[in-house]
Amino acid sequence: MKSVVEQKVLALNGDEAVAYAVKQCDVDVVAAYPITPQTIIVERFSEYVANGEVETAFICTESEHSALTACLAASLTGARTFTASASAGLALMHEMLFVTSGCRAPVVMAIANRALSAPINIHGDQSDTMAQRDSGWIQIYAENVQEVYDSVIQAFRITEHPDVLLPAMVCLDGFQLSHSMENVKVLPEEVVKRFVGVRQFPKVLTHEGRFAPLRLDPENPMTLGPLAFPNYYFEFKRQQEEAMKKALEVIRQVHEEYAEISGRRYGDGLLDAYQLEDAEIATVCLGSTAGTVKAVVDELRAEGVKAGLLRIRTFRPLPVEGIRRALENVRAIAVMDRSMSFGGHGGAVFHEVRHALYDSEKRPFVVNYIYGLGGRDTSPMQIRAIYKDLEGILQKGRVETPIRYVGLRE
Amino acid sequence: MIVQEKGWREIPIAAVCWKSSTEFLTGDWKTFKPVRDLEKCTRCLLCVIYCPDGAIRWKADLGDIEFDYNYCKGCGVCANECPAKAIEMKLE
Repeated sequence: MKSVVEQKVLALNGDEAVAYAVKQCDVDVVAAYPITPQTIIVERFSEYVANGEVETAFICTESEHSALTACLAASLTGARTFTASASAGLALMHEMLFVTSGCRAPVVMAIANRALSAPINIHGDQSDTMAQRDSGWIQIYAENVQEVYDSVIQAFRITEHPDVLLPAMVCLDGFQLSHSMENVKVLPEEVVKRFVGVRQFPKVLTHEGRFAPLRLDPENPMTLGPLAFPNYYFEFKRQQEEAMKKALEVIRQVHEEYAEISGRRYGDGLLDAYQLEDAEIATVCLGSTAGTVKAVVDELRAEGVKAGLLRIRTFRPLPVEGIRRALENVRAIAVMDRSMSFGGHGGAVFHEVRHALYDSEKRPFVVNYIYGLGGRDTSPMQIRAIYKDLEGILQKGRVETPIRYVGLRE
Repeated sequence: MIVQEKGWREIPIAAVCWKSSTEFLTGDWKTFKPVRDLEKCTRCLLCVIYCPDGAIRWKADLGDIEFDYNYCKGCGVCANECPAKAIEMKLE
């Protein structure tokens, strides 16, 4: 077992923590386009470039579509690559998200979660990344600024792992994390560089009939991601699903290895359970809201209420087994969604959690709370009311309103 | 000919081509086939330059051009550009 490294404390907001982590990860290429609330990431990183603190090639593109395209191309040549976006910017990348995951390019992208237009709103919710949940990218949602920093470093190791080779989004709630300053423990640069290591390339069979490292190299020409007809396209998609399944274990391992040097753990890297062992009622959420919920759980526990929380840190790949095991002994569960799936039955997180529990013989009550859209605050009082609702469900023994809205005026 | 297609565990990841593009005979895509009138053709070679698939070649030993129907997709650019109107697109 490695010992925990001595670390200095910096006052950083979430965006600055991303930029600082990227600076330490020996990134070859950053191509980005600014958008609120992600702008500070790109600004700070461009300062590192201008000051000669990094050797990264920094490309200012004319749009987010181009930014991700440049990152994809750079990544395919073997470069360690990073970008950042949010909201409409991520939406504009939509096409290239699928090309990036399909080409198995380990691009890391930070998303400062923000609402989608219309009406225009620059504030935080998770509509932007939830809309991209089927794009083949790993999605990690951070609870606080410290975790943002830690997750970016871990993301390079995860994405570049030969069993994975999938791009990843590190998601931080817009403003709640992107613009909130916290004390952040940062590892020494040489420790981070050693941790992320040098990118490795598995060998693949090329058209020349020999095995060559998977990257664009004039010495070993190869073609990635061209036309695949109905007779082969499906097989490539199945490979991506397999990589997602393997990523579950890789994320867990990388998280554990990082915990040993940093002293910081977020559950098992996939799920972060809080007071869940003997909980009768629990909420499930992603991101910064978990901080508020934990404070409320502490209050409720002091009052003798068996309340708990399950924070899903890794939403893609979804740790289905872990969710089922963590929640099947809870009697009533409120799943919190900070986005909507219009016309669906509740939000995306609700779909997944309820789906995971279908195979449990215990089948607890599962209800949905849509909250915080467009940056609306979610208070501890509102969280308390959710737990109160769960107690009511247990008393009545039935669910009357499966989908509710938190803090919405009628 | 029955081709045994490979399973998802057997093929390279990232959709890397494991065969040369020349092994894919795209000529079977075509509906119309270019047919040359040898009397009208002046051997100006414009069709060789215009063909987007490189499927018309100048054969120095023959002193003439040759269509490679294995790769000609039947787009008709050659027939459209031929100044002598020597190429006709015929239904295959």
